[in-house]
Amino acid sequence: MSEIATQLRAVFVEALDLGADVDVENLKYRDLEAWDSVGHMALIAAIEDEFDVEFDTDQVIDMSSFKVAVDMVTELKAKND
Amino acid sequence: MTDLSGRVALVTGGTRGIGLATAKALAEAGATVVLTGRDEARAKEAATAAGAAAGLVLDVTDAKAVSTLVRGVAKEHGKLDIVVANAGIMQDALLGMIKEDLVDTTLSTNVAGTLHTVQAAARAMMRKKTGSIVVLASIVGEYGSAGQTVYAASKAAVANIARSAAKELGRSGIRVNAVAPGVIDTDLTAGLADEARAENVARTPLGRLGSAEDVAKAIRFLVSDEASFVTGQVLGVDGGLVL
Repeated sequence: MSEIATQLRAVFVEALDLGADVDVENLKYRDLEAWDSVGHMALIAAIEDEFDVEFDTDQVIDMSSFKVAVDMVTELKAKND
Repeated sequence: MTDLSGRVALVTGGTRGIGLATAKALAEAGATVVLTGRDEARAKEAATAAGAAAGLVLDVTDAKAVSTLVRGVAKEHGKLDIVVANAGIMQDALLGMIKEDLVDTTLSTNVAGTLHTVQAAARAMMRKKTGSIVVLASIVGEYGSAGQTVYAASKAAVANIARSAAKELGRSGIRVNAVAPGVIDTDLTAGLADEARAENVARTPLGRLGSAEDVAKAIRFLVSDEASFVTGQVLGVDGGLVL
């Protein structure tokens, strides 16, 4: 797992209050009650804070899974560096 | 007096009228206030007048700019507790004289601008699971007004942004309310003819036009802990005009 993915996994667990039994790497939007539209906003805010990136509205809507989130953050970080 | 010490507040459209009075009222209550306006010099001048920490440039029709500014304020001050989405415009036109441009400008500023601000505010407040947002509706959005069809429609939308966002955000500890001012003596109503002004006063049970400070005090109440169980409400600040 990449460094970003590892860091992002921790953000998912904290922001969505996920239990140890959750398969975070394969998690998709609305798989769990915690990741509904309101949880999604909390998650987005947490990712933005953690990685110092900013998502536009399309990206917020398109972040449909943990894997997509990893790709998006990786891309944004690369742009910022 | 309401104590907002330690709170961080953002007021959009804070360079004059209700926005400026609100920024001042929140600052007087102890909050660290950031206000915004479309013109840099006016924003800085207003910040000084209101006792605000900063006056920043913002066009609320630009969703990206709103998001960046709100994040920046939360980052600089460590949090964001209060957002007053006040920026708006009022342009009158009788039904047969409404140009497409007037519709676009009014809806993009009053409706989309408010929505962008509420979205960004909610995102900034979500992690701490607390916060209070107030949007600026209007008496005409609740009851209509001849010559103000577009403005009234936009303000009805704003009231329903408050009601809907309150339903979504309640379980995250974020309250969303609206104030619906009546006829308030500000730059927006400065063009009222003397006769219309007198007629409004005569129709108002409290016997006067409202002031920007009257509305600011209602907003200060709604964002404070005094209103901790109040959300999704549209509070009329109209001297009883609708009774």
